[in-house]
Amino acid sequence: MLFYQSAFYLVIGLLVLGGLFSLAARSRARLSVALAYALSTAGSLAGIIFGVSALMGRVTLDVNLQSASIPALDFSLHLDALSAFFIVVISTISLAVSVFSITYMKEYIGKYDVGVVGLLYNFFILAMILLVSGGTSFVFLFCWELMSLISYFLVVSDHRDAKVRQAGFIYIVMTHIGTLFIIAAFLLLYRETGSFSFAKAAALGPTLAPALKTGIFLLVTLGFGTKAGIIPLHIWLPKAHPAAPSNVSALMSGVMLKTAIYGFVRVVVQILGGGPVWWGVLVLALGAVSALLGVMYALMEHDIKRLLAYHSVENIGIILMGIGAALIFMGYGLPQVGMIALAAGLFHVFNHAVFKALLFLGAGAIHYATGTRDVEKMGGLLRRMPWTGFFFLIGSVSISALPPFNGFVSEWLTFQSLLMLGSAPGSTALKIAGPVFAASLALTGALAAACFVKAFGIQFLAQPRSAAAAGAEEVPASMRVGMAVLAVISFVVGVFPASIIRLLSPVIAALVGAESVLPALGSYRWLSVSLRLDGFSGAGAGAGAVGAATTGAAAAPSAIGSVGALSPLLVLGLLVIAIALIYLIAKRVGRGGTVRVDETWNCGMELTPQMEYTATSFSKPIRIIFRRILFPTREVEKEYLLKPYFTSRIVYKGAIKPVFEDRVYRPLTGIFLKFSAKMRFLQSGSIHLYVGYIFVTLVVLLIFTR
Amino acid sequence: MLKAVLTLYQVLLLMAAAPLLVGVIKKTKAFFQGRRGPGIFQPCYDLAKYMNKESVVSEHASWIFRVTPYVYLGSMLVISFLVPVVTTGGSGAFTGDVILIIYLLALARFFLAIAGLDAGSSFGGMASSREAALSSIAEPALVLPLFTMALAAGTTNLAAMVGRVAQEGFSVLTPAHLMSLGALFVAAIAETGRIPVDNPDTHLELTMIHEGMLLEYSGKPLALLTLGAALKQILIFTLLANVFFPWGIALELNLGSLVLGTLVFLLKVFLVGIIMAVIETSMAKMRLFKVPDLLTGSFLLGLLGLITAFLLRG
Repeated sequence: MLFYQSAFYLVIGLLVLGGLFSLAARSRARLSVALAYALSTAGSLAGIIFGVSALMGRVTLDVNLQSASIPALDFSLHLDALSAFFIVVISTISLAVSVFSITYMKEYIGKYDVGVVGLLYNFFILAMILLVSGGTSFVFLFCWELMSLISYFLVVSDHRDAKVRQAGFIYIVMTHIGTLFIIAAFLLLYRETGSFSFAKAAALGPTLAPALKTGIFLLVTLGFGTKAGIIPLHIWLPKAHPAAPSNVSALMSGVMLKTAIYGFVRVVVQILGGGPVWWGVLVLALGAVSALLGVMYALMEHDIKRLLAYHSVENIGIILMGIGAALIFMGYGLPQVGMIALAAGLFHVFNHAVFKALLFLGAGAIHYATGTRDVEKMGGLLRRMPWTGFFFLIGSVSISALPPFNGFVSEWLTFQSLLMLGSAPGSTALKIAGPVFAASLALTGALAAACFVKAFGIQFLAQPRSAAAAGAEEVPASMRVGMAVLAVISFVVGVFPASIIRLLSPVIAALVGAESVLPALGSYRWLSVSLRLDGFSGAGAGAGAVGAATTGAAAAPSAIGSVGALSPLLVLGLLVIAIALIYLIAKRVGRGGTVRVDETWNCGMELTPQMEYTATSFSKPIRIIFRRILFPTREVEKEYLLKPYFTSRIVYKGAIKPVFEDRVYRPLTGIFLKFSAKMRFLQSGSIHLYVGYIFVTLVVLLIFTR
Repeated sequence: MLKAVLTLYQVLLLMAAAPLLVGVIKKTKAFFQGRRGPGIFQPCYDLAKYMNKESVVSEHASWIFRVTPYVYLGSMLVISFLVPVVTTGGSGAFTGDVILIIYLLALARFFLAIAGLDAGSSFGGMASSREAALSSIAEPALVLPLFTMALAAGTTNLAAMVGRVAQEGFSVLTPAHLMSLGALFVAAIAETGRIPVDNPDTHLELTMIHEGMLLEYSGKPLALLTLGAALKQILIFTLLANVFFPWGIALELNLGSLVLGTLVFLLKVFLVGIIMAVIETSMAKMRLFKVPDLLTGSFLLGLLGLITAFLLRG
């Protein structure tokens, strides 16, 4: 008990030391890098140990740090299952990313002040861990702001580039607009409960007036939605993520976005205890739109990190689809069913963190080796960087939700949750909407697969399209180890999903307040879910309906008719056996089988890299099919030697119209600027007048609060 | 034990029938075009021929190119293990989940598409790009009718879905059932790469999708991929036939019903094949960018099926 508890202080200590040592050693860059990332690796490892033991109920943490004189300054930490789960997610990702960074950051020696980057990196992780362990909204907001500011500084690491500064500016403005809504929501809660404590708020939350609850719900949806990057609040995300160094992008995309999901679940599910059905419908619809548009925009990108950033929008959408379905079921008064949907959403939080961090590290490795992020300049990297290529392939397969990797399992659960809506009570429209949302998830999945055929195929296969790609070499060992850790997790969780479901079980039981049925949902070999909700309504709820097929192949067939069951281990086993059999049989049958390596047939001409399909040409059919959504523009300039037969030069420019920037944000900022121009007369330059303003404001506020 | 034997039997039956189905479709098309056409065993002879040939691999290709035929055929074999063919009582039936099957198809497609890019020729790239785009928009049209059926059965387990329709008899032939069938039929045309979506008989660069990705393959790997594609076709036809018209499938495990099940299965699958052949002969291939309209139509039909399913059930 004490051992595990000390692990928490170890995490904090190691991360603080990592940051400070890194700063102290900044004049000796190599030492600084080594110290910063070795200590953050150790800290993350301690974090995993602590988080997992907390989830298994071996340890609790309650630190009371309330200021005696000002009760509002409540720094208390309170660890519950939800916090512990997010600590596991954060630590797992930061472990792999830190190992990766040990050599990756050497690339930046001389370019950036690596001592400062190391300081910020360690404190970034620390802020996120404290954020999720905080027991009060005060700690939450403090760490939230710390996390946002640190990530802003990391985003603008390359501050000499005007584009990066602009990306940073948009990021910090958007994130503060979001924070504004969150603060408003927490202050409303404070007004009602008289305390910043989450536990006290949770005790009173469900009994609040419906209008107030709805107000808080809408505020946190906007606030956390901005941080999570749901469409249309996503515009900062594809700008900010590519600007940061790749290890930071991996953390931002893999973990930082998830803290918004944490906050959302904390407030809406735990404190407010769910709400009317339409909340869930709203979240589900926002999720579905974000998922679909996110993947479509991703397909149009050929900067690998922007592409991955848009996939974060997509995956946040998928997570919200699970959570939205859970809220709908809670609104119907079916918390047991809601648990499954919530499990789907939170499971996808873990999975997305793992494979997205893996892919960002892959992008970082490619950048390390080639010095570019432009997909069009890659090609043939699989031969030059076999390990990076292999790990990137695993990441691609996982994010495309293909079995037997982890993305598939959580999407399978999401599919089942959405289909369960079809037999939920309530309006027929919503019943029909469930399977339609499931179909939109299928479209999202297929487009994601298309996008990663592009991302993997264009970067890693065929001939190199530039000298930089042709000269690429495999990255050093620590970077490969970092990627390998995440690739292995992707695979193992995909085959043994119950490992994570078990960790999730107490989280969801605590959140929904029902007796846990999750152990029945997954044993080591099974996931099983019933689409029929009859068993849930009324008193018959519980063990009977979900997961009648518990363990073992023998029991399973009898349960047909009540459950949809999935056995990833069996699928993997079958796949391995099938491939082995095909290999053995194909080897023996027939006289053929000799392999000759020769040129690619190119109609008698020599094949050059210019003839290869590019990322832009690959996505052209999709660009045309969805032109009503994407608004592609193109400009072709031709110069002729002899018009119209001999062309000497063609310049092609293609772009996607930034609809949200043009239609939503530009008018808004326009209005804002006009308004501020009108208000300029207040700004006279006289300090006495400003002091007067402050005094008047104070008096008005005092009268208001009296 | 009996279940395991039965499952193996189903897999072998599918493997044997798959090339024959290709042959029968070709023969039927030849008949309607007034040709004699090759015999129905020709696809088998072709496979045997490929097995005896040397294979040429592009100098630019990586291990992806070599691994893909195994992954592709392997995924199809796993699906044949999961799908109820002759009986709903196979030993793979308990995890025969519709969503799993759709994503195993996606796994095979993913690898085939990246293999198409591997040799660096524009033909392969073009085919991969088209396959990625068309299969994406075919996906909702493919899943929605299956979801409608899954909701009626209360599970995404295929054996249970099939069993429900088989037990309820002809009373399940509601408008919802028929509309979903129509929607899935169009999606099946796209999935199996048949006219009017793709032309399976040509390597002409303007029309090809599936064949373009196979263009660089030769010898044994080509045999594996061709068998895999044939297996995929029969699997999708099986899905179509057994989910919507399962009657005759063996619900009990005795010899009589199994023999009957086998005969009925072959009859159904070849009938679907012949219908496909008739459609192929009576239609021209669509322009690539007309195909999305067709698939959207099929999705809407599926949606209509879903809506009527709920409205009529009340």
